[in-house]
Amino acid sequence: MARMNMIQAINSAMHTLMDRDPSVVVMGEDVGYFGGVFRCTEGLQKRFGESRVFDTPIAEGGIVAAAIGMAVNGLRPIAEIQFADYVYPAYDQIVSELARIRYRSGGEFTAPVVVRMPCGGGIRGGQTHSQSPEALFAHVCGVKVVMPSNPYDAKGLLISSVEEGDPVIFLEPKRLYNGPFDGDPHKPAVTWNTHPQGEVPDGDYRVPLGKAQIVREGSAVTVVAYGTLVHVALAAVAQMGIDAEVIDLRSIMPLDTETIVRSVKKTGRCVVAHEATRFAGLGAELSATIQEECFWSLEAPIQRVTGWDTPYPLAFEWEYFPGQKRLITALNKVLDPDPEVNS
Amino acid sequence: MNNKPQLHVPHPPARPGEKPDFSYVALSPAGAVPRPSPGANARDIESLAVELVRVLDDGHRALGEWNPALAPDTLREGLRIMVLTRVYDERMLKAQRQGRISFYMKSTGEEAVAVAAGMALDPKDMLFPSYRVQGLYLLRGVGMVDLMCQLLSNTRDMCKGRQLPVMYHSAAKRLFSISGNLATQVPQAVGWAMGSSIKGETSLAATWTGEGSSAEADVHYAMVFASSYRAPAIINIVNNQWAISTFQGMAGGQGPSFAARALGFGLPGIRVDGNDFPAVYAVTRWAAERARQGLGATVIELVTYRAAAHSTSDDPSRYRPKDEEASWPLGDPIDRLKKHLVALGEWSDEKHQALVTECEEHVTRSWEEACSYGTLNEGPRLDPLTMFDDVYHDMPEHLRRQREQLAKEKA
Repeated sequence: MARMNMIQAINSAMHTLMDRDPSVVVMGEDVGYFGGVFRCTEGLQKRFGESRVFDTPIAEGGIVAAAIGMAVNGLRPIAEIQFADYVYPAYDQIVSELARIRYRSGGEFTAPVVVRMPCGGGIRGGQTHSQSPEALFAHVCGVKVVMPSNPYDAKGLLISSVEEGDPVIFLEPKRLYNGPFDGDPHKPAVTWNTHPQGEVPDGDYRVPLGKAQIVREGSAVTVVAYGTLVHVALAAVAQMGIDAEVIDLRSIMPLDTETIVRSVKKTGRCVVAHEATRFAGLGAELSATIQEECFWSLEAPIQRVTGWDTPYPLAFEWEYFPGQKRLITALNKVLDPDPEVNS
Repeated sequence: MNNKPQLHVPHPPARPGEKPDFSYVALSPAGAVPRPSPGANARDIESLAVELVRVLDDGHRALGEWNPALAPDTLREGLRIMVLTRVYDERMLKAQRQGRISFYMKSTGEEAVAVAAGMALDPKDMLFPSYRVQGLYLLRGVGMVDLMCQLLSNTRDMCKGRQLPVMYHSAAKRLFSISGNLATQVPQAVGWAMGSSIKGETSLAATWTGEGSSAEADVHYAMVFASSYRAPAIINIVNNQWAISTFQGMAGGQGPSFAARALGFGLPGIRVDGNDFPAVYAVTRWAAERARQGLGATVIELVTYRAAAHSTSDDPSRYRPKDEEASWPLGDPIDRLKKHLVALGEWSDEKHQALVTECEEHVTRSWEEACSYGTLNEGPRLDPLTMFDDVYHDMPEHLRRQREQLAKEKA
């Protein structure tokens, strides 16, 4: 075991994968000699050589397309998109190609590509370095979507993703790279040093896709979250002193409906939280599923806590970000759904 | 002897600790490249894409057919804007280091690719900039205070607090909004130029992108459309040798030059010394004349060097030799134009120092004024509720509700 932040854990996952499997290759802008702008690929080129770890031209469509070709040729590419906000030139390659190659070839061709990308705000990134596009990928049939919330899961999920056999969009909340962030930008930054999930095995292990984790057990209300919002939810619940159950989805697609449904049937109340915009976001899918499966157990309408339906504005980052206050308002609404009190 | 194909990954000639080596930069002597008529057939002038148009020689004289023979006043104005740009960059870097602004990108060492090209165009021409051509804004008379207010995201920020620092725009001065996503502006500029043709106007569109960003498919789209529709556009590829940590060969591959990319599209490509003010001016003017004659677009590769870090988030000492700039064969654009003016008897060290001082004072005064409208952390602040404006022309109901919700959160 070792103490790792999320960058080191992701780096360690790639070391583990590449050590074990010569078909794993790593590619992306600045990932080779430089080791990546967030340093996730540091040391990989030196260790595994530049046929397996290499810089690419600035062409995200080209990066994903080339990764598809390599995967069709038997390799297991891990492609880095420097920021999730830069992925859109590759969107056609992901939606029309990567996601459907198995389907359209009747299973004769597959492209097990993992596309890694840092996502989310809270780093003064403005509208082009802050987005959380998970719903855009979750809506596409044929790709899996993963978003870890801590170093331990990040490594275990990345190893599972590369072994998955299906293409995986692997989203890394960059505000969590160096420490768990509870949504309060005024508090001093916390590192992963003392966090239980900053303890990461040096070697090989897996966190399976499609398995959520109950990060806090409780009976009063269920909070369904993933990525940065897991930590915000834990802090909000602690601040309120309520007996809430907090679920970290870890995988967005496949979705662990079973864990969610079991929890909401138990608590009868639910808040769904994500950093991405609200309209047609993942919260809508979660709310619909919970309503279908748990309707007769629900004591109150499900609440969504999200970023606003605007681009991510640089100067109003913390007004945009769904922090503890927004969560507490929503939790109060589901705990006491009297319209007079909470109008 | 290894006959099997191996993955070739392009390498820069020198990494940290190694001796800088720019022998890969093909040079032509100043004045050596002939200037064809702007109406020339693209096929007859293909050599322009691999030679290097240069006007200023090592003795600071202007030579050859490309010499635009600019009036001393014009040269001095170009020098002034370049010096102002450099002083502005230095001061804003300091402001970032002091924590007054969150992020900055300097254009040090490549001021001429904006200023000389911009001066060769008509004020009615539409510009689609990248994030490293700030000289264009100063040249077109966008107020320095306005630029600084954008960096500060304050109450007078043209972007209303929504954009990263340096992502300026000015509709009044015909400077399109900077995206932050690379090269998207290049095919948009071609579209603007097509619009100019559709409307029967003579204004052209000029755009700037980096050699690294030229790998984006958008640049390919731009050249296809520009070629098919003979769009009156100028596509500037600023080859400043470095795209963060990857050197120009990563996007350039085995091509002879970035300008040569144009040839396959039937467009003229011209490779020019990007630190040679008169040469950049002359080549831009040539392309503008060609566009206004209805003969379509030109691709210009401006060969320069990114003397500064990519951004304030970057540390170039990790991937290139620290002293690399000193070996750059094309010098510094400000220094070269200054010496040219001195050689003409139109400038002096004293006058230059006075200009620098004047620019510094202007920047200091502007900064004080800009800060009075608020900074990220102090002073007046934009109303956060404005974040819901401009998403749509009329605010839809769901955004009204979210705005109310935020107002309650803020209360």
